[in-house]
Amino acid sequence: MTTHAPPQVAIEVSGVEKTFRIPTQRVDSLKERLTTFSQPGYRELHALRDLSFEVERGEFFGIVGRNGSGKSTLLKILASIYAADAGRVRMAGRLAPFIELGVGFNNELTARENVELNGVMMGLTRRDARSRLGAVLEFAELEEFVDLKLKNYSSGMLVRLAFSMMIQSDAEILLIDEVLAVGDASFQQKCADVFYEIRDSSRTVVFVTHDMSAVEQYCHRAMLLHDGGIRAMGPADEVARSYLRLNFEQAPGEGDADMGGMADITLLDVWLEDGGGERITNVEKGAELRFGAIFEAHRHVDGPSFGFAFDNADGVEVTGFGISLPEGAPDAVEPGQRIRLGGEIENRLEPGRYVTKCWVHREHNLANLVLHSPHVLDFVVYGKEGAGVVALDHHIAASVKDGAAVGDGISVEGQR
Amino acid sequence: MSVKPANLELREVSGPSALGGGRHRFFELLWLMSVTEFKRTFFGTVLGYVWSLMRPLLLFAVLLLVFTKIFRIGSQVPHYPVLLLFNIVLFGFFQEGTGGAVASVVGQEGIVRKTQFPRLVIPLAVVLTALFTLGLNMIVVFAFMLGFGVTPMWTWLLFPLILLPLGVFTAALAMLLSALNVRFRDVAIIWVVVATALNYGTPIIYPMKIVPGGLKQVILANPLTPIFQQARVWMIDPHAYSPLTIANGPVPLIAAALIYIGVCVAGVWVFNREAPRIAEQL
Repeated sequence: MTTHAPPQVAIEVSGVEKTFRIPTQRVDSLKERLTTFSQPGYRELHALRDLSFEVERGEFFGIVGRNGSGKSTLLKILASIYAADAGRVRMAGRLAPFIELGVGFNNELTARENVELNGVMMGLTRRDARSRLGAVLEFAELEEFVDLKLKNYSSGMLVRLAFSMMIQSDAEILLIDEVLAVGDASFQQKCADVFYEIRDSSRTVVFVTHDMSAVEQYCHRAMLLHDGGIRAMGPADEVARSYLRLNFEQAPGEGDADMGGMADITLLDVWLEDGGGERITNVEKGAELRFGAIFEAHRHVDGPSFGFAFDNADGVEVTGFGISLPEGAPDAVEPGQRIRLGGEIENRLEPGRYVTKCWVHREHNLANLVLHSPHVLDFVVYGKEGAGVVALDHHIAASVKDGAAVGDGISVEGQR
Repeated sequence: MSVKPANLELREVSGPSALGGGRHRFFELLWLMSVTEFKRTFFGTVLGYVWSLMRPLLLFAVLLLVFTKIFRIGSQVPHYPVLLLFNIVLFGFFQEGTGGAVASVVGQEGIVRKTQFPRLVIPLAVVLTALFTLGLNMIVVFAFMLGFGVTPMWTWLLFPLILLPLGVFTAALAMLLSALNVRFRDVAIIWVVVATALNYGTPIIYPMKIVPGGLKQVILANPLTPIFQQARVWMIDPHAYSPLTIANGPVPLIAAALIYIGVCVAGVWVFNREAPRIAEQL
């Protein structure tokens, strides 16, 4: 069915609804089905409620929202992975769906075979897919590994291949879900360049992410989903701010953390600053890094301690710190009081993406969790990559001495 | 990375389906997936092909011993060893196609849940891969046939007429089973038993003429029976009874025909109905 419409609209979503029926009693075997006489009950989960919006051709459109807000469902409907219950979606042009990088890669096959298979899966013809092999491998910097089976690839190499595949797919519309947090720093830079290029081209991108700095960086416009509806839509920076506000306003029980009800203490804001006090989301390796956070107490809490930790892209907790109230003052907070944390962090982080976790305990007891948010702040450290997880300073020098005994011909001194 | 400034029109996105994404893409994907899977099994390892041939050959050796030395059915049947091998290989295709397809959609969960492509490709690729394997195994079977003194006949050229109904039946069952298994995960387990029953319910190791009356009607209702019986006539022994002779007229074969048609219709209908929701149910 084709209708003539203004050509500048690339994606038109009108009145899309999606409800998942979650069986209260799961019946997933024929045996149970045959032996259960009562009709299984269902709980309805409205993932998307009467959603309508348009994305213009050439737009870099961000979709943000907390976990469970419906953004993945929306993306899957756009990608024709799920069927909508009501409403319709129309698109102009070919779509390259990337719900996740590297989907459909077969580890037993070589890069050459995978590029062909993946290309056809994305809707290219075989000839087309093959003709793109060179460009894909060149961008991914994997030319030498064309006949290596993917099972022998490192995860970084896989990601590069997958991203490159997406870029070279030539689709008019790209759906991208959280792919920036991948690869080494130089490849990330390359991806960023491509994103800027796409941003200014006539290709349309729908970009789903948790990373507000990426939204502000790339997106022309963004949409904030909440409970399956549109909470905000407009310029990227405004939507990013709404998202952060939404994130901090809410009790953790409703989202990322599994705690019931309103927490006794909530996190209002958390940020990083450079040496000049400017808020930043990217920091150069080794540069001065300052940290700030504001909490608000809603009930009386004795002996609160506030913790933060940074996870790297591999999910390894690189470092963390716990802060208590200053000595001398009462070791308790009262409803309405705000607690501000601030200070410098020695920046020994290696380049990469970091996720900040936050928690609060009462009575200085790790078992008494008041607040736990696994994802309050993202930031990227850039610079020259070193070995390992952290870059420790060292003061190790080599010196050569003449004429002495063979044994101490070369000495290595360590200071400090 | 050039994008043609074509005048793009808005088209309705129809959502996931069995065939969605165009016929061209469907066939290319089907072909590519089958070929890569086939290559992986046969050329991925040194012994790949040898291994895959080992199974029917070993089974053949065991059954041959049992039914010529112990039960002595074989001695009454002309070219029994060749017939046995031929039947085992042919049934192997059916078993591999359906048995592999049952869990295929569930097994490919990763791509089904995360990317859009014609769902039907998954079970059909399994059947097509099994067909390739059959093709390779048939080379060995033909070598045996010549070696055991079966005279080449013009009816060998009719082999595709055996494969067509068998392939369609296998594909229909593959569709039906793979779709049902998404909803009811014990379908795969049940199918193992049913396939074994079918193995014995098809004239593979025994000839139809020794089957007693009542049981004969049951075995004749199995859609595979006339296919295998006709294959025997055309490929191995032109003097064997045709399905019509065995059944003593077309009437007993009506049940088989109805089951055949029923399975085909159900396969297409169930898969089409389930395809849009498969990703959600995984």
